[in-house]
Amino acid sequence: MDSQTVYRRNSRWQYLIAISLVLLVSGISYPFAQWMGYKVVALLLLATVSVTAVLFDIIPVIIAALLSALIWDYFFIPPYFTFQIGSVDDMILLVMYFLIALINAILSHRIRKMERIALEKEEKAHTVALYNTLLNSLSHELRTPIATIIAATDNLQSNQIHLSPEQTNQLVGEIGIAALRLNHQVDNLLNMSRLEAGYIQPRKDWCDLAEIIHGLVGHMEAEGIEQHIHIHINPDTPLFKTDRGLLEQVLHNLLSNAVSYTPPGTRIDILGTCIADIITITVSDEGPGFPDTEKEAVFNKFYRLSNSKPGGTGLGLSIARGLTQSLGGSIELSNNHPQGAVFTIRIPAEISYLQNVKHE
Amino acid sequence: MSNRPAILIIDDEPQMRKLLDITLQSHDYQVLQAATGKQGITMAALHPPEAILLDLGLPDINGHQVLKELREWYSNPILILSVQNSEDDIIHALDNGANDYLTKPFRTGELLARLRSALRSRLLDQQTPLVQMGQLKIDLESRTVSNELGLIKFTATEFNLLALLARNRGKVLTHQYLLREIWGPGYIHQSQYLRVFIAQIRKKTEKDPNRPTYIITESGIGYRLTDPD
Repeated sequence: MDSQTVYRRNSRWQYLIAISLVLLVSGISYPFAQWMGYKVVALLLLATVSVTAVLFDIIPVIIAALLSALIWDYFFIPPYFTFQIGSVDDMILLVMYFLIALINAILSHRIRKMERIALEKEEKAHTVALYNTLLNSLSHELRTPIATIIAATDNLQSNQIHLSPEQTNQLVGEIGIAALRLNHQVDNLLNMSRLEAGYIQPRKDWCDLAEIIHGLVGHMEAEGIEQHIHIHINPDTPLFKTDRGLLEQVLHNLLSNAVSYTPPGTRIDILGTCIADIITITVSDEGPGFPDTEKEAVFNKFYRLSNSKPGGTGLGLSIARGLTQSLGGSIELSNNHPQGAVFTIRIPAEISYLQNVKHE
Repeated sequence: MSNRPAILIIDDEPQMRKLLDITLQSHDYQVLQAATGKQGITMAALHPPEAILLDLGLPDINGHQVLKELREWYSNPILILSVQNSEDDIIHALDNGANDYLTKPFRTGELLARLRSALRSRLLDQQTPLVQMGQLKIDLESRTVSNELGLIKFTATEFNLLALLARNRGKVLTHQYLLREIWGPGYIHQSQYLRVFIAQIRKKTEKDPNRPTYIITESGIGYRLTDPD
């Protein structure tokens, strides 16, 4: 698809370059024509047309072929400066010349078409591979909690006599964790399909940055995390208009990423500011960070770091980016010092100048 | 007849009904079950329960329609069960007389707390002038608010907003409802007023306004006043 549009956009240049090349080669050959003979000039022109055939589309090439044939006939075949041709040999030569140029053009056009088909096939194979990756990571991510639930309930039902109350509690706890994990994956999948279908329509309303972030962090802390989350929000941050649910989802994905991939006891910092009418939120951690070569790729669907630990579908960051974009914003990844990752979200938003209402 | 409060479950999922049945029975409620909207309306009419748990996604009639028909004569609490990402549905149901909502999946503790709160609010309706939530005392008659540190100065609008939440304590009030009641019908889209005033009330009443314990935000829907204990 893309190569098609590039072709079309460049087609005017193709005509210009093809014609110029023919004119240039004819011009240069002209003073030497007497010395090398007009048949050699035909070969030079043929070479020129062949070069255009390799580079350009079929129509500019045919025009180059036609133009060069006419020039050769007019300027180089005796009698000069007429389109008349003196001998039968020259007549055959001219026809042959044009035929060979034409075959050249058609052949290279065909080759290019086959190349394009091969490329499409390759892309399709790539999509299939991606789909398989999805199925693998998904079936793993969905089957593991399901297997846990089935095994734990079996155990509770048929093995009650041998289970201590402690073990029973543990099994029930595992079922709970598995269910939450399933719920999280289903949320991810639903979000992904909403993004893919272009179904997400932000419902913007006034939001309070401090309330959103403190609420989210409070929620995560209640679920039990082993890192220390520090929140820094400029108290003068005004109310701004965005889709609160979507923004929460983005931040939740970034935070749960930080929580799952950084060591216990390290800190996670969330910084919120509003400059002009851009809301900027950064989430930085002290974990292993991301290699420079993978910084862009981590936002791709199903992408997982090569040394990533098991668990996760590679959807979280991709969803975070998709949702941020649906809010008109951007997300980027950089390095923390001395180590760790920094995710920066920027969202342009309508800002409220209503700060403190003294009286009614 | 037993004096355990009767709860009617209207939900088409047998598994969900069974689960709710066990949970509620074990917490001393009597349970009635209906699998369709029609059946639910009939059962509510035959044995009016103390409260109804109504699933919005029913196979026969739309849950909103069931709610509307019930509300023509039924005045006890109705709690909505809905799926995630359906703020519009929830707001619509709350504005049409539902007392509260729970999104699936929900925690049993949450369900029981909401149910208790809804049943209690029915008894509280006889205008008690003094509302106490934790350390916060709201006197609706003398229009004063105090906490453990003493009297808190409130502007008239701040007080009206807090008093409205206090009269409906435990219940979610939608943004539109609060804006209409406090500022008037012309203001139902001015949710920034609401946020500014809620923030000011929190600054005056909460120990940590960033972690509110009295006025709880129901994301995308509204606010509710709760007892922090």
